[in-house]
Amino acid sequence: MEQKVFHHALKIQKDQCIGCSHCMNICPTEAIRVKNGKAELFENRCIDCGECFRVCPVNAIIIEQDDFNKIFQYKYRVALLPAVLIGQFPDDVKTSEIYSVLKDLGFTDVYEAEHGVDVLQDAMKDYAERNTENKPLISSFCPAVIRLIQVKFPALVDNIIPLHPPLDIAALYYKQKLVSQGIDESDIGIFYVTPCASKIAAVKSPVGEEKSPITGVINMDFIFNKVYTGIKRGDYSKVIDTNKEKLTPEGTVWSLTNGEADNMQGRCLAIDGVHNVMDFLERVENEEIKDVDFLELRACDESCAGGVLNTQNRFLTVERLKKRAKYFKETGANVGQKDITNYKEYLTESVSIGKIKPRSMMKLDKSMVEAMKKMRRVKEIMKCLPDVDCGACGAPNCQALAEDIVQERAAINHCIFIQKIFEKKGIIDWEQSHEIMKNIWGDEKLNRKC
Amino acid sequence: MHFEFDIEAGDFSKVGYASSQLKKIMKQLVGDHKIVKRVVVALYEAEVNVVAHAYSGKVIIDINTDKIEIKVNDKGPGIPDIQLAMQEGYSTASEQVREMGFGAGMGLANIKNNTDEFYIKSEVGVGTSLTIIANLITE
Repeated sequence: MEQKVFHHALKIQKDQCIGCSHCMNICPTEAIRVKNGKAELFENRCIDCGECFRVCPVNAIIIEQDDFNKIFQYKYRVALLPAVLIGQFPDDVKTSEIYSVLKDLGFTDVYEAEHGVDVLQDAMKDYAERNTENKPLISSFCPAVIRLIQVKFPALVDNIIPLHPPLDIAALYYKQKLVSQGIDESDIGIFYVTPCASKIAAVKSPVGEEKSPITGVINMDFIFNKVYTGIKRGDYSKVIDTNKEKLTPEGTVWSLTNGEADNMQGRCLAIDGVHNVMDFLERVENEEIKDVDFLELRACDESCAGGVLNTQNRFLTVERLKKRAKYFKETGANVGQKDITNYKEYLTESVSIGKIKPRSMMKLDKSMVEAMKKMRRVKEIMKCLPDVDCGACGAPNCQALAEDIVQERAAINHCIFIQKIFEKKGIIDWEQSHEIMKNIWGDEKLNRKC
Repeated sequence: MHFEFDIEAGDFSKVGYASSQLKKIMKQLVGDHKIVKRVVVALYEAEVNVVAHAYSGKVIIDINTDKIEIKVNDKGPGIPDIQLAMQEGYSTASEQVREMGFGAGMGLANIKNNTDEFYIKSEVGVGTSLTIIANLITE
């Protein structure tokens, strides 16, 4: 009954999946079940936060990226980097080395996504000044958070600041810059190097927008490994002069926790980690938390430095980027007019995104009468279930199983406690209960020699 | 559908339990998230009042297809002047309660503003009863 509306970057590889249910238990939106020994995804509930990817012990969950060779379909191949990529490398690696290897890999241009902050910063402040009604305003930076709000906190969609994140602005700028040099738009490919799954989903099916300005997405772990190998081996053709334009100190730390909150006016809070974010949004929705002007919410612990495609330790990444920002500040390396500001008018015009719509997945039925019937049944079923939340039924907890039962996605005898009760009462025999468990967990797990 | 929740007076760590439970229930039933929010905000305010002022309290919720009715009954000191208590900004909350960020004197007025019908009865020395009603049909 759930319609597919979304592109998801996270994919479960059925042949790799061992049906261990780690992902099912960690998923913040309860979007995963185990069936026939494999994890299954309710696509409309998934917010692409990547928590499942993090916990999978056998790497059965992958983040689908564009084929790298796709870049060669374009004459001008721009690598759009997040600042956290630079933060992956040890201190002794120079930015010029990173850029050099990237060019050897085939990119014609390299640009940092957070240059977009130079335009976004003012647009955000401007928006906050003009929109005082829906407080607290919530940043649109993290795509997983936007999706979380759409799915679980629909009453808060109007609090989201409807502005493009820095990477879109940087992409728009770079495209426009090349176009103004007389380059045909169809010759330009802009490829974002992503630290997480949600940014891929945001590019492939943007919220509040028809089409993303970004051509393709490449996973950051892939790029990091390629680049670091290149640097270690020293096998790049020549040292490229890095773009003379350095990120501002604000841009350098924008994707870290407090990166945005430190720059907004009034009472601003920064919250990272998807479960912390959910806990806080519950309170915002109840209006328990008042008088907050701005919320920076990031699904990953330590924000983008903790993105699932980071290969290095998040705290070291944060330290490096903070050091870098401090250095830029002290040396004034970022001083001087940057080219992106020449396009400010054009970019400010395109900085807004369309309306972000709620897409709550929680209603039990379209009809209120039916929904109430189903809720009554859930309540009745919950009286029978053991409240152990063991997950042996293939659902993350007893409540989720009860809801699956009323939605006809599961049966009450999927519960192992109910099976024991039914066996005692003679309603089912051991063979039937063995069969039920086999249907949930697969042949292999139920036929082990012991 | 019928639900009941107890409210423990004086324990601010648990304030919001009933409203959070109600929110989960309503999100599964009601499509209009704005209605859900209004009702939940109203109940939260009522819970804060009980925790801050009363000795014990009970939330009784009845949901029908067209409306939701919530009763919040407490045993407590009661409200001597309801009209005065309904005024925005009027508060008898203790310093201790205010320090925790509660007691700005917006509670009762906020409850009323967020619901379609609001009734209050109070007897000094006995307790206070609120009845909150919200229509669930918007079309």
